[in-house]
Formats: sequence, structure tokens, C-alpha cells
Amino acid sequence: MPSLQSLRRKIASVKNTQKITKAMKMVAAAKLKRAQERILAARPYAHQLREVMSNLSQRVDRSSHPLLSRRDGNMLELLVVTSDRGLCGAFNTNILRRSAEFLDEQRRQGKQVSVSLIGRKSIDYFKRRDWPIRQEWPGVFDRLSFEHALDIGQNVVSQYHAGTFDHLYVVYNEFKSAMQQEVIIEKFLPIESLHEAQADDTQSIGGGYLYEPDEGELLETLLPKHFEIQMYRALLESAAAEQAARMTAMDGATRNAGELIKKVTLFYNKTRQAAITKELMDIVGGAEAIQ
Amino acid sequence: MANPPVAVTAGKILLEVVTPDHRLLSQEVDYVSAPGSEGDFGVLPGHCHFLTTLRIGELQYRIGEKTEFMSVLWGFAEVTPKKVTILAEIAEKAEDINVERAEEAVKQAEEQLERGGLASEVKEAQISLEKARLRQKIAGRLHQRGAHS
Repeated sequence: MPSLQSLRRKIASVKNTQKITKAMKMVAAAKLKRAQERILAARPYAHQLREVMSNLSQRVDRSSHPLLSRRDGNMLELLVVTSDRGLCGAFNTNILRRSAEFLDEQRRQGKQVSVSLIGRKSIDYFKRRDWPIRQEWPGVFDRLSFEHALDIGQNVVSQYHAGTFDHLYVVYNEFKSAMQQEVIIEKFLPIESLHEAQADDTQSIGGGYLYEPDEGELLETLLPKHFEIQMYRALLESAAAEQAARMTAMDGATRNAGELIKKVTLFYNKTRQAAITKELMDIVGGAEAIQ
Repeated sequence: MANPPVAVTAGKILLEVVTPDHRLLSQEVDYVSAPGSEGDFGVLPGHCHFLTTLRIGELQYRIGEKTEFMSVLWGFAEVTPKKVTILAEIAEKAEDINVERAEEAVKQAEEQLERGGLASEVKEAQISLEKARLRQKIAGRLHQRGAHS
């Protein structure tokens, strides 16, 4: 049976832990609010741009721009977006598991795969695995800005132009709500159109489509812009999802700590009472022996 | 993401203005005029498909008899028969423009231009002067309208 003192210590320690998880939950909630505002503000632009992009890409010759033209090569890169910090529930585990599944499957199909990593958690994970790592970006989420997306985007695009890989997929957590995140694997390069199948949509236009300046110049400005914005959106989604996941996880942890405290306190009181009863019986027994 | 068919009242166009920071406007209007990089263009319902880059300039749209003004700085515009999408780097409604700040910016830019300096500085000053003048002009539209009515 544990001593009363060790029980007291245990209660105090759990209480401390609870304070920490509670504080982390509040911090996450505050950060979530900011991250959520950012992603909700960025989404309309990203979606509209994607729509414009995909309308355009249906109409132009795909081979006219390197970011659009499909290549036959079998080099594939997966850009994995995780968080820098832990204690956010299954947030990173989900991403890493899906990544490993995806990479395994692509490898089975004869693809040559490599990974690029955003966030310390994915770096820690892939260091111990046998996938070749091309590039790492730790610490992006401390102060996430559009420049990070630009930096990553430029690196990836230049590597794509250089032929290091022929397909680029990005895996990230999409922010659904404060309670829900969804792991998304999305093809970023070459840029695919959204609704390839809707042939009737194109027909109704009858080919009459005006461009100013000409098509080539428009693509030249639109495509890199589109890519950067999508990159930025993926990072913002992940940042918001991370805070949401952490808030939920810490909320659960705080509640569990509360339950644990209750249980141990009950046990502590029982033990204490048992000890008192035992002592009383000893005294009573002793007094009777004297008489 | 699916592309839902745009539901617009007949004889109207849906005008959407979005910037990287937020959605500024999503409204049915009668007429839009926007600053294309190769000249301003006007859009009435049923316009043919059109895609262009934008320069720094003024966006006007009319709802009924009322004309609204907005500054747009760079970006793209996509026009379909029922919808105009403006993807601007920066956009401001006339009533949101801070006139004092624009004046201040004009002064600063003009000083910089007079001083001269590195080519990049001069170019920056020219752009910021153009931006600030545009803001002044658009904010001024609001006063004109106020005086008329």
C-alpha cells in the first residue's frame, strides 16, 4: 500500500500537470483564433484563383507552359507539412501515417520517391526512415508569413524545372472546424485543372475567350502566383489545424487530470481513514489490556 | 472543390472582389468598369469570356442608379457572362480610404522623387505616388457624389 505522503505527492504532481495543460489549452485557443481568421480570410482568394486557373488551363495547350505540361517521368516528391511542436493529439501521427502509406504505394507502382519536410515533427520521423530527404524547413510555423510560402514555393518550382522530380504531392491537415481536421493529399505539380471532365462547360463557351495581354504572358504571371497562393493556403490550413488539434488534446488532458485527481484523492482519504481507525483500535485495545 | 453554377438574377452580374487578405465584395451589380492592363474595360451582363491582368486603377460598379468606387492595385480579372471576378493584390472601397494617409504618402513620395536616389528607391516612390494619387482620386469621388445629392 502506498504511503500517505507518496499519495499527497502524487496529487500535487497531477495538479501541476493539470495547470500546465490548462494553460496550454488557453494559449492554443488564443492562437487558434488568429490562425483561423487568417485561413478564413485567405481561402476566398485561393479558391477564386484556382477557379480562374482551372478555367484557363482547360482552354490552353498544356504543353505551352512547364508548370502545366504533364511529364512521363516516374520521379515523385511528397511535401509533408507537420507542426514544429508536439502535444497536439493525433495531428502529426495522422499525417505521417498517411505519408508512409502513400509513399509505400507509389514505390510499389515503380515510382522513385523523395520527401521534402516542413515542420520539425516530420523531420524527426523521416530521419529514421529510408526515404530520401531532399529538403527540410524547420521552424516555419513560429512566425508564419507569405514569405515562407514564397521561399518554399520557389525552391520546389526550381527543382521541378530542373527535373529533380516530375510530380509533386503535398500532404497537410486541412482545418475543418475547431474539432475536426482532415488529412489531404493534393497534387500540386503539374497544375491540374479542377473539373477536367466537364466538357459541356467548355462547349458552351464556344471557344470565344479573350485574353489581355496574350495567353502566354497571362500564364507566365498567373501560374507562379497560383502556386504560391496554394502553398500559402496549405501552410495556413496546417497552422490553424495544429492549434485546433492542440486545443482539443489539451482540453482532454485537463479533464483526464481532473479525474485522476479525484480518484487519487478518494483513495488518499480512504487510506487516511483506515490508518486512523487502525490507530484508534490500537489505543482502545491497549486501554482494555490495562484494565 | 466543385464549381457550382452561378445563380444570378437575369440582367445582373455577380461581382466578386477578393484580395489575399479577405473577400471584399460579393454582390449583384448592373455594370462594372475595371482597369485592365491594356486599358479600362466595361462589363454588362452577357459579356464574353475574358481574362486580363489589372494595373493600378479605379474599379467602378453600378447598382441601380448608384455608382460605387473602389481602388484596385494589380491582380487579375476574369469575366464570364454572369460573373466578374477581381483578384486584386490590394483593393479598397472608396469609403474605407484614409485620405490623410494618402496625402501623407503623396508628400513623402514626392520628396523622395525630388531627392532622387537609387533606381530602386525612385521606382518605389513612383509606385507609392501612383497608389496614393489613386486613393485620393477615389476618395474624392465620394465627395463629388455627396455634393450632387
